[in-house]
Amino acid sequence: MSKQRIIVVGNGMVGHKFIDTIIGNEQSEFEVITFSEESRLAYDRVQLSYFFSGKTADDLALTDAAYYQENGIKFVLNDKVVELDFENKNVITASGRIESYDKLVLATGSFPFVPPIPGNDQEHCHVYRTIDDLEDITKSGDSSKTGVVIGGGLLGLEAGNALVNLGVETHIVEFAPRLMAVQLDDGGGALLKRKIEELGVQVHTEKATTEIVAGETSRYRMNFADGTFLETDMIIFSAGIRPQDELARLSGIPIGERGGIVINNHCQTGVDDVYAIGECALWDNFIFGLVAPGYQMAKVAAAHIHGDAETTFTGADMSTKLKLLGVDVASIGEVHGQTPGAQSYTYHDEIEQVYKRLIVSADGTKMVGAVLVGDVDAYGTLLQLKLNDMKLPANPSVLILPSSGGEEAAGMGVDALPDTAAICSCFDVSKGDIKNAVAAGCCSMGELKASTKAATGCGGCSALAKQVLDSELASLGFEVKKDICEHFAYSRQELTDIIRVKKIKTFSALLSECGSGLGCEICKPAVGSILASYWNAYVLEDAHVGLQDTNDNYLGNMQKDGTYSVVPRIPGGEVTPDGLIVIGQVAKEFNLYTKITGGARVDLFGAQLHELPAIWKKLVDAGFETGHAYGKSLRTVKACVGNTWCRYGVKNSIGFAIDLENRYKGLRSPHKVKFGVSGCTRECAEAQGKDFGLIATDGGWNLYFGGNGGMRPRHGDLFASDLTDQQLRTYVDRIYMFYIRTADRLQRTSVWLENLEGGIEYLRDVIINDSLNINAELEAEMENNIENYQCEWKTTIESPEKLKRFKHFINSKEEDTGLAFKVIRGQRFPLAKEIEITELV
Amino acid sequence: MDITSTNTSWTNICAANDLTPDAGICALFNEQQVAIFLCQQNNSVYAVANFDPFGGANVLSRGIIGSTQDITYVASPLYKQRFNLVTGECLDSDEHQLKTFNVRIENEQVQLKEAS
Ligand SMILES: Cc1cc2nc3c(=O)[nH]c(=O)nc-3n(C[C@H](O)[C@H](O)[C@H](O)COP(=O)(O)OP(=O)(O)OC[C@H]3O[C@@H](n4cnc5c(N)ncnc54)[C@H](O)[C@@H]3O)c2cc1C
Ligand code: SF4
Repeated sequence: MSKQRIIVVGNGMVGHKFIDTIIGNEQSEFEVITFSEESRLAYDRVQLSYFFSGKTADDLALTDAAYYQENGIKFVLNDKVVELDFENKNVITASGRIESYDKLVLATGSFPFVPPIPGNDQEHCHVYRTIDDLEDITKSGDSSKTGVVIGGGLLGLEAGNALVNLGVETHIVEFAPRLMAVQLDDGGGALLKRKIEELGVQVHTEKATTEIVAGETSRYRMNFADGTFLETDMIIFSAGIRPQDELARLSGIPIGERGGIVINNHCQTGVDDVYAIGECALWDNFIFGLVAPGYQMAKVAAAHIHGDAETTFTGADMSTKLKLLGVDVASIGEVHGQTPGAQSYTYHDEIEQVYKRLIVSADGTKMVGAVLVGDVDAYGTLLQLKLNDMKLPANPSVLILPSSGGEEAAGMGVDALPDTAAICSCFDVSKGDIKNAVAAGCCSMGELKASTKAATGCGGCSALAKQVLDSELASLGFEVKKDICEHFAYSRQELTDIIRVKKIKTFSALLSECGSGLGCEICKPAVGSILASYWNAYVLEDAHVGLQDTNDNYLGNMQKDGTYSVVPRIPGGEVTPDGLIVIGQVAKEFNLYTKITGGARVDLFGAQLHELPAIWKKLVDAGFETGHAYGKSLRTVKACVGNTWCRYGVKNSIGFAIDLENRYKGLRSPHKVKFGVSGCTRECAEAQGKDFGLIATDGGWNLYFGGNGGMRPRHGDLFASDLTDQQLRTYVDRIYMFYIRTADRLQRTSVWLENLEGGIEYLRDVIINDSLNINAELEAEMENNIENYQCEWKTTIESPEKLKRFKHFINSKEEDTGLAFKVIRGQRFPLAKEIEITELV
Repeated sequence: MDITSTNTSWTNICAANDLTPDAGICALFNEQQVAIFLCQQNNSVYAVANFDPFGGANVLSRGIIGSTQDITYVASPLYKQRFNLVTGECLDSDEHQLKTFNVRIENEQVQLKEAS
């Protein structure tokens, strides 16, 4: 018997997926022919916008001619199917070709809707759907200063990003009162708008374009219904998509009222042996404008043709998480209040620009939907709650409150997920699949990806997949290796002991003592830090230069564009007016972006390598020292004025803070360390949120240890009360040094303390009762450090040899030509070269 | 006329002792930014493009040199992607590859040449 013949009309993402699925792995029992109106075989439309950041048509291709030929698939490009003849089971193309089928699959996708505005068909008016469209847009961009996107939905914002990348002044014109009207609510839309406007894109909402006519200052003028207008050189229409159902319509296949080829749960249309899948298909009166549901339909149709009637399409989740113009946005479930009785929690932080809204059922036990803008960390947890219809925690607001989006905080660890929970929706991998893979011997993300394909699609699930993997491994009793990296079979603490006991002074000596290879970006800075905290040598000695992260190496924090920040030390936040003026003058002279930090000092951003020495020369001459903002070391001691000014103060918190800052400045540690000192129990310096927190009481100082802010805020534990100044200094010396000696790489004091067996009790025993008999040693090490302190910047600018490294080119005086800035609110910001684009889950 | 002369001859860049052991510097060569590394432990010099394709900034000369198995690499100071210093390949993604250059130390001079 001859093979069954399948014709696939449309070789887009879904058409290709179908072909890939139907041919399977074995010798195929089908003969497949596919037709495409486009000039290329299927490519990744989801990643289309990467075309503007350098990806080529080849990079985006999902398949190639060779693969199709090998698998016996015939393909015809550049030829549109124009007629279907069901009686004779034939398809007829524009070029007059006639082919017969046994099964016909329509995967014609959709087309961009262009609103019927007079003048919409002129040159430099585009849509955003195919590689050809993008090539045309690029050409227009070359001769345009201004560009407008009509439509502020998901794709419109992507198109806006493309215009930004092309370097034209970008406007987005939206008919509705908010951006992303489908996915976001008013609050989320408003914040998104504000964030995008800060990036220099102008957003015009509630504007209905009535005509496009010749412009006065630009090529075109768009007139709006409200009497205003906007001039522009090019226009991209992105006002939604419409299912490409013309062919089906003309041939008499049943079509939905508002378009779309009607299909059932097997993706069958109203005509025998004809299927429709992807964006052209209408299921349960719904068109799915995302690729994942299309892929599911492809699988269902292929299964049905193989004779499997069990596999059905049952709808798909339309939750999305993406990055638009650099802004994180996510939407889950139903967000427009259509669910009767639904109530909501809203968290809106105007300072950090975060908006989160959680919509719950009338009885508050189940989740209905959520909108997240600016911070989408909670997406994974919320999506799982929604998809698995899980019961919400007693107080659902913790799910969106800061620092509570995390898994543990809400008591919603991955362990709580059912095995059926979908982890990777691109490849349909469930938690159960990952468990099976681990049981079958897979123990790293790399192996997991290879065996299940999880996290290899859009990548949005990688964090969650890793958590499931880790928790599975842990439950099977695997031990996580403590080796710092492949070059040393030791933990940081063990390396610290080796260095201390054997008095090792350089990385190469340590490497020959107990390591292998050349080292790497993990062990080198870690060893650099240990060496610095034991021997407190100048970090830019030749032997240490190659060890340091660039921050330590150039004594500044590298920013995203390769420039550095400059942060002079301002102990306790106390600065004379003259000092402040010098900082201002330096900032002005070098055009540095200036900001007051939360740590009570001033950050100057945007200094180029060759400018650093001149900048620091001026600061050092005025009496400033380096603030070590670049190092894993003491950062700031935040203090209130205490009893010097404050009516309530019981101790001189500012004076003591300055002493402490001067005592520990420059000391390298496993991670950064901050202090807070409050003059009374009103705690205005927020000392309990710092690594070391001091609060003055009538009886002396209370010392708190192990607090921190950041991702997982924690209050410090009370270590001891009513201490004298001297007691306090001694205890801090000991704890600080003990931490440096024994903590892991990049372990904050909070985590170190939590992992310390015996916890704060044990620590008290070591520090107060000297149970390990090491206090004398710890104190001596600290003394040694304090004696050897030097301001690294002072040392550097006094050494011509060291200054050689502070220029961009070794062989030219030119500056880095790759830098570009734009001015916002009167100051200079780096011009984003490549703003990240949509990444969908 | 020898049009390819810029491609086939060595250009002096700087003195050998301008290089810092186990660290990088950046040189301007044929209007390109080139990161040059001197690795003392294996006594080799390497040269690759200075532009970090992930971070979009000219910073690779300021990265840390490391090794994994037998590959010597530089890790970007921005987002830590690692690039093979011999082939320019990225070890963490096949999305980007760096251009490489021929480099040598001759008569106490560091010299560069376009890779053929
Ligand atoms: C810029 C952009 C970004 C996107 N981002 C995302 C995202 O992040 N996440 C997501 O899930 N989705 C995204 N999408 C949507 C996603 O690309 C689509 O869901 C997916 O491509 C649909 O696949 P399809 O095969 O149904 O249609 P298509 O990929 O459009 O393929 C249909 C093909 O059929 C051809 N064709 C039509 N009629 C005929 C005919 N009569 N004869 C021959 N050939 C014909 C068309 O030319 C086309 O090549 C995005 C889309 C765009 C444009
Ligand atoms: S903590 Fe006490 S002393 Fe310090 S500012 Fe507040 S009230 Fe005044």
